[in-house]
Amino acid sequence: MDTMRERFLDVTTRLLDDDPRLAVVLADISAAGFAPAAERHPDRVVNVGIREQLLIGAAGGLALSGMRPLAHTFASFLVERPFEQIKLDLVHQGVGAVLVSAAGSYDWPAGGRTHMAPGDVALLDTLPDWTVHVPGHPDEAELLLRHAVADGDRNVYVRLSAHQNAAAVPVEPGRFTTVREGSGGVVLAVGPMLDAVLAATEGMNVTVLYAATVRPFDRAGLRAAVGGRADVVLVEPYLAGTSANEAHAALNDRPHRVLALGVPREEHRHYGSIAEHLAAYGLDAASLRERIGPFFW
Amino acid sequence: MTTTIPGGAAFTDLPALMGLMTGDEKHGPAATSTLDALWVLYDRVLRVTPATVEDQDRDRFLLSKGHGPMAYYAVLAAKGFIDREVLTSFGAYDSPLGHHPDRTLVPGVEIGSGSLGHGLPLAVGTALGLRAQGLSEPAVWVLLGDAEFDEGSNHEAVAFAGAAGLDRLHVVVIDNSSATHGWRGGIAARFAAEGWSTATVDGRDHEALHAAFTAAHPGRPHAVVARVEPKNA
Repeated sequence: MDTMRERFLDVTTRLLDDDPRLAVVLADISAAGFAPAAERHPDRVVNVGIREQLLIGAAGGLALSGMRPLAHTFASFLVERPFEQIKLDLVHQGVGAVLVSAAGSYDWPAGGRTHMAPGDVALLDTLPDWTVHVPGHPDEAELLLRHAVADGDRNVYVRLSAHQNAAAVPVEPGRFTTVREGSGGVVLAVGPMLDAVLAATEGMNVTVLYAATVRPFDRAGLRAAVGGRADVVLVEPYLAGTSANEAHAALNDRPHRVLALGVPREEHRHYGSIAEHLAAYGLDAASLRERIGPFFW
Repeated sequence: MTTTIPGGAAFTDLPALMGLMTGDEKHGPAATSTLDALWVLYDRVLRVTPATVEDQDRDRFLLSKGHGPMAYYAVLAAKGFIDREVLTSFGAYDSPLGHHPDRTLVPGVEIGSGSLGHGLPLAVGTALGLRAQGLSEPAVWVLLGDAEFDEGSNHEAVAFAGAAGLDRLHVVVIDNSSATHGWRGGIAARFAAEGWSTATVDGRDHEALHAAFTAAHPGRPHAVVARVEPKNA
C-alpha cells in the first residue's frame, strides 16, 4: 500500500495537469516529489526554499490574484511556525488556501519534539471557518484532497500521516460514518485511530463512528448516533481534547459525558517508533480498551 | 507638483483631506512620511482607477506598513476610490477606515495590514499568481517602512523574489531612519545583494520619485528607497 504522502504527490500532480487555477507552494519538503510537475508547470509549482512565513504569505498572494493555492510542508512548519500568516495572510484577507501537512503528531518519533505538531488542529480552532480533514488511508486522502482543491475558495487543512488504517472507509466529506453499531454509547475514531479503536472495542456494545473530517464537526451525526445514551469517547491522533468542545456543543441539550483521548500536552522526551509512542500516549489498542471500558461501565 | 485630474484633487488638497481625519487642518504633509510617494504612485504611475479596482489586469498597490494610514486614505479620497465624507468617520465603530486598513471594507485597498512584514510576501504571491495566469502587464507595488524591514518575513521575500526574477514586483521603502538598529550600508544594499534593481532618492522630490518608480528593470524586481526626514528629528 502507498502512503498518504505518496498519494498526495500523485493526486496533486494530476490535478495540476487538469486545473489551471491550482498552484502548489513548497518550502523544500517534498520538492523532489514534485519535480516532474514543476517541470511541466514551472509557474504553478513554486518552491520558496526553507521560508515558511513566505510559504503562507505567497499562498495568500496567489489567492488574492485569483489562483487556488495549495501549500505543503510538515505540520510543525506549516501551521505552528507561520501561524500569524495563516491568521492574517489567509483568513484576515478573506481568501482561502489548501494546506496539506505531513508528519503530524508522532510520525517521526526519532526526530523528536521539533518535528511533532499535536497542537495543529487546536490552533486552527482559534480561527473561523476552517475545514479540517484527517484521512486515515491513502484512498480517503485522495478523495479529501480532490474535494479540498475543488472546495471553492475555502480554507482547508488536510492532515496526512504515515500512520494509517488497513482499509479505507467510504467517507463523505464533512460527515461521520458509522462503522459499527451498538446501544451503549459512542466511540468517535478520527483518521488513523480507527484500527486501534475497532480492536479496542471488540465485543463492546458501542457504536463506532469514524471521522475523516473533523471541522466542521458533524454535530448532527454525533447526535443521531448517541441514541438514548449520550456517553461519547473521542479518540484523536492529535492533542487530547481538541474536539471536546464540539462534542459538548453537539449534546448541549441533554445530560452527557465525554472522554477525550489523544496525544498528551506534556512533552514526551523519547525517540523510537510510532508504535512505541502510541503505546506511551495510551493510544494503542490495549491501552484504549483499558481506558474506554470503564467509561462505559 | 500640483497635478490635477478632471473632477479630482491636487497634491495641495491632501492636507485638508487629512485634516478631516485628524480634525487638525494644520496637519501638513511634512508630518507624513508616505504622502509624497503615495501621491506620485497614484497620480502618475499606478494603472488603477476607481472603475478598475476589480479588473484582473490592474496594477496592485499593497500598503504593507499599515500604521498611520491617513495619507493613504487621503490619496484614495483624492483619486475617488472613497468618498471624502467618509474620512471624518476615521476610526469610528461603523467606519470602513480603521487605524489599520481592512481590504474587505475599502474599495481599492488590496490588503489588510497593520502587523508588520506581511505585505511583501503577499505581493510575491500576487506577482507569482499574475505570472501563472499569463498576465505580464500588471505591476505589483508594496510600500514598506525602514523599521518594518526589521521583520524577518521581508528578508524571506526579498531573497526569493530576487532569485525568481519577479520583474513585475516593486517595493518602495519609506526610510525615515526609524529602525532601532539602523541599516548599516543602507537598505538598498539588502535588495541589491539579492539581485534586485534599486534606486535611493529624496522621498519629497516628486520628479526624483517618478523617475525612480518608472526606471526600467528587465528581469529583476525593483526597490526604491525614498529617504525622508528622520522620524525623531
